[in-house]
Amino acid sequence: MSESLVQARGLTKKFGDFTAVDAVDFDIQPGEAFGFLGPNGAGKTSTMKMITTVSPITEGKMTVFGLDPASQGREIRSRLGVVPQEDNLDLELTVAENLYIYGRYHDMKKPEIMPRIDELLEFAQLTERRESRVEPLSGGMKRRLTIARALINDPDLIILDEPTTGLDPQARHLLWDRLYRLKREGATLVITTHYMDEAEQLCDRLVVMDQGKIVAEGSPRDLITRYATKEVVELRFGEEVKDQAVLQMAGLAERSEVLADRVLLYTEDSEQTQDGLNQKGIHPEQVLVRRSTLEDVFLRLTGRGLID
Amino acid sequence: MTALSRSFRYAESEVMAYRRTWRGTVITSFVNPVLFLAALGFGLGQFIDGGSEANLSVPFVTFVASGLMAANAMQNGAGDGSFPVMAGLIWRKNFHGTITTPLGPADIIWGRLIWGVGRLGFTLIVFAVIAVVFDALEIGPALLAIPPAILTGIAFTSVITAWTLTQDDGRSLSTMFRFAIVPLFLFSGTFFPISELPEWLEPVAYLTPLFHGVELVRKIALPDADATIVTSLPMWVHFGYLLVMATAGIYLSVKLLDGRVRE
Amino acid sequence: MSVQAPSRITPIGTMTPFRAQRIWEKNYIAYRRLWKVVFSGFFEPVFYLLAVGVGTGSLVGNIELGDGSVLSYASWIAPALMAASAMNGSVIETTFNIFFKLQFGKVYEGILTTPMKPMDIAIGEIGWALLRGVLYSTAFIGVMFAFGMTESPWALMAIPAATLIGFAFGAVGLAATTWMKSWQDFDLVTLATIPLFLFSGTFFPIDVYPPILQTAVKISPLYHGAELLRGFTLGAIDWTMLGHAAFLVVMGLVGSAIAARRLDGMLRK
Repeated sequence: MSESLVQARGLTKKFGDFTAVDAVDFDIQPGEAFGFLGPNGAGKTSTMKMITTVSPITEGKMTVFGLDPASQGREIRSRLGVVPQEDNLDLELTVAENLYIYGRYHDMKKPEIMPRIDELLEFAQLTERRESRVEPLSGGMKRRLTIARALINDPDLIILDEPTTGLDPQARHLLWDRLYRLKREGATLVITTHYMDEAEQLCDRLVVMDQGKIVAEGSPRDLITRYATKEVVELRFGEEVKDQAVLQMAGLAERSEVLADRVLLYTEDSEQTQDGLNQKGIHPEQVLVRRSTLEDVFLRLTGRGLID
Repeated sequence: MTALSRSFRYAESEVMAYRRTWRGTVITSFVNPVLFLAALGFGLGQFIDGGSEANLSVPFVTFVASGLMAANAMQNGAGDGSFPVMAGLIWRKNFHGTITTPLGPADIIWGRLIWGVGRLGFTLIVFAVIAVVFDALEIGPALLAIPPAILTGIAFTSVITAWTLTQDDGRSLSTMFRFAIVPLFLFSGTFFPISELPEWLEPVAYLTPLFHGVELVRKIALPDADATIVTSLPMWVHFGYLLVMATAGIYLSVKLLDGRVRE
Repeated sequence: MSVQAPSRITPIGTMTPFRAQRIWEKNYIAYRRLWKVVFSGFFEPVFYLLAVGVGTGSLVGNIELGDGSVLSYASWIAPALMAASAMNGSVIETTFNIFFKLQFGKVYEGILTTPMKPMDIAIGEIGWALLRGVLYSTAFIGVMFAFGMTESPWALMAIPAATLIGFAFGAVGLAATTWMKSWQDFDLVTLATIPLFLFSGTFFPIDVYPPILQTAVKISPLYHGAELLRGFTLGAIDWTMLGHAAFLVVMGLVGSAIAARRLDGMLRK
């Protein structure tokens, strides 16, 4: 697997006694969109920081572009584009200047940078804001500018840490659209997220992380087929009848999860399950039938939700 | 609620915030003026008093101490009218939160003034007592000079509050301090008599606000001051100048704040 | 699926090893618009020079030096004000401004995801503060010549000497900033710089102090800075100036070493 862009074996990060990343293995191939899915604190950002060589590895081995992060950090970073969790744009500079100076950090020359800025502003739909200061931009615009900035050096690997956290739905869709475009053009993306819809839409392949460990790996479809059923029936009950109802439900579905506010029945055939409920005289206050998602995969694997 | 009690409510919120930031104001309000008094008054005074060029009828430290009461009030007042106002308006936006309660813009402005006066009064008493202990001032006149010093502070707080309410970022505030407050501090008669200025500059000094603060405070703190220390302008001119400045500042502040929080 | 990796823009292995100047480029772009702020920094020492040097100086008359020579009070405090201004400029830049960028802007975190290293940033930022200081010092020396407060050609040496003061204080300021937790901690910066400004033989000769205090003042780095500049602007060159310069060099080197170490630890967790 020498052509992997990133290869990690037993990769570990400790902060004192706390183990943030616990001996994980993964391989990222050129041209794929690779996801790290997990709740806050799962160790995703720590992993990203090790890939970007900003954070030293505690134990294990990792190569990025076949290079060693500890001794060849500068070479690695020159081929990376990094979109951090929190925007860290330079507020003293304009939109175009933010792109320009990152080009300079990458040792690019002005004649190389200028046409690149035009392209990237076009890509980020910020051409009109070219001379604007960063401060008054909306959250979505700042995010797109940060992504454009990460692309200035035409990176071989683009790392996006929680790219849409904190954005409103419209801004998220616009951003996803831009990331699709990058994917279509053959870019290699590494994305961390705690939104299962984001992971489902963007990632070709992903690992599910929990408490520093990788608990599953595969394509989103794969994982759903492997760890969940085709459909889910969500039921809500009044507090006093819930426990009784749960007892009566045995056998109606392949698997069930009892959560604080709802009961989830995992089934291949939701109509059959609903018929079964009727026959047993169980009448929930609310019934919702939906497809299984990565959220269900995560619940199955860890017993907890992605967003707490 | 009456207008007065609403203003006090707002002042209360300032007191709460102060519990976290008092250390900085202790340094700027108490430590710095005393250090300036020690260095420029006592230290430099040793090279002035009794020297051939000295023409003051009081020791130099007395001259500086009385001037510093007003200059100190200006600096505190300007500080109060600038960065905290910018914070309330732009950085933390607590003014916007406050006006969603029964409190209005006028209550914010008056509340800030009430709290400012309380702090300034305390600061000035401490400074006056230190100056008295070091034999730079006499206790009675020094205490009498506190109210005019407070008036100087209010005049600056209110005018600078109004100006800050027309600004959008902190940089302009720093520039204002550099080009208005620092020159006023240095050239308004605190560290040398106005009569030492070049002749054409003297009338300019008469127009500046701190000059009137320094003169008023000095005429009260040093009842025997003669022409080597103060000008012959009557006290009511200084008093009137500062009063008009404070009134205009408060009026404008309320108007401008109303405009900004409702925009 | 295999996709061709995009062509390289940055050729690996041919990268500039030294790139602190990139930080200067960034600051230059930012400050082009803020020239008024930069410009305004020049005025404070000039205001002090006119007010205390000339204004209060008219009450002081002349100062008599140890060797019996006599000079105007303004000529005597001018180099000290220049030293204090070099101290203040560099301390503000390396404490307030850098703290803001570290804690709030996260600007450096971003920069470190590019080929830039913590050392590039540290050297770049300290160097930038010094560059600004050189501008101010040059302008101030110009003012002194214009007012006839110095006549010695040695006064030109005060410009690099003021840069040394800036370096010494900037390095220590940057090191101190790595310990800062909140804006409130900066009160302590003021608490250090104001007494230094007022009592380091800036406004009056230190023989006013009792002997014990005189010794204490000699620990003050600004005292060494002021004495060094005074030697140059008065044209009174002697060997003690080497001692003053050595003090500042050591202070700057120790400060830089601590700052670089601490910054590296902070930025590469």
